[in-house]
Amino acid sequence: MNPEHEIEILLVEDNPYDAELTIRELTRRHLANKLVHVKDGVEALDYIFGTGAFAGRDTRRHPKVVLLDLKLPKVDGLEVLRVIKTDRNTRTIPVVIMTSSKEQRDVMESYLLGVNSYVVKPVEFENFSKAVSDLGSYWVLLNQTPDAPVPLTR
Amino acid sequence: MNAAHEIEILLVEDNSHDAELTIRVLTRRHLANKLVLLKDGAEALEFIFGTGAYAGRDTSQHPKVVLLDLKLPKVDGLEVLRAIKTDPRTRTIPVVVMTSSQEQQDLVDSYDLGVNGYVVKPVEFDQFSKVVSDLGCYWVLLNQPLEAPLAAESRPQ
Repeated sequence: MNPEHEIEILLVEDNPYDAELTIRELTRRHLANKLVHVKDGVEALDYIFGTGAFAGRDTRRHPKVVLLDLKLPKVDGLEVLRVIKTDRNTRTIPVVIMTSSKEQRDVMESYLLGVNSYVVKPVEFENFSKAVSDLGSYWVLLNQTPDAPVPLTR
Repeated sequence: MNAAHEIEILLVEDNSHDAELTIRVLTRRHLANKLVLLKDGAEALEFIFGTGAYAGRDTSQHPKVVLLDLKLPKVDGLEVLRAIKTDPRTRTIPVVVMTSSQEQQDLVDSYDLGVNGYVVKPVEFDQFSKVVSDLGCYWVLLNQPLEAPLAAESRPQ
């Protein structure tokens, strides 16, 4: 829909089972064509800020949404969220926490740090699929984000 | 589902046609049982902060979502958003801008101020209904808001 988003979904999930189910469901809804999956908080920040393995990426092209697990190796989800939301260049990127934690402390921290939405992953398969599907269509199809600036290089 | 939320949707919309359509769609999806409609930005702030006409309201009871138009009488939508998102007591409240504006400046300003979501209202009726329905389901049923604190625990920061 919007050619300026070179990727639409950045999925940050270390659990291979949850990642597979999520990607399968998004694929079924045709929402996974432009999805990047990273497995820890360092990789997520490298992607967002164009460092490490993602050095040279045009970081002005933002994903339409970051789906972020809380418990992540290396750098945890709240820290990834904090970094994204305190940098002027990245704070406009919608970040949705997808977690199994319903702890009010995590919910409160996330909102105080500026999370756009917080979704508790249902345990049961059907409910999980439905939640992922609704979440994907909401953030990819319905929600609007600022367009990327005119590309620097072609 | 969550007894702690005495209201679920705070709809801030001055256009009575849009407000009526929105409420009709949400009612059809059983999402409007706990909905409050306010028609300008000043009223919205009074409701959120428990002042003016809403003095004495228990402001620790947050709506699950505020659906906020941008062009509002008295205090505009961006200013309402700013007030909610700069106060630590209220910044945890999800605010979704619902507007007919697709202007980049409005999008950038809204996200800079910490909006949770930004949805453009379609002009065409069927699409409008679908958008309101999906939006309502997402924020009332799927998104996990912060639960209201117990009265004894509520403390201003």
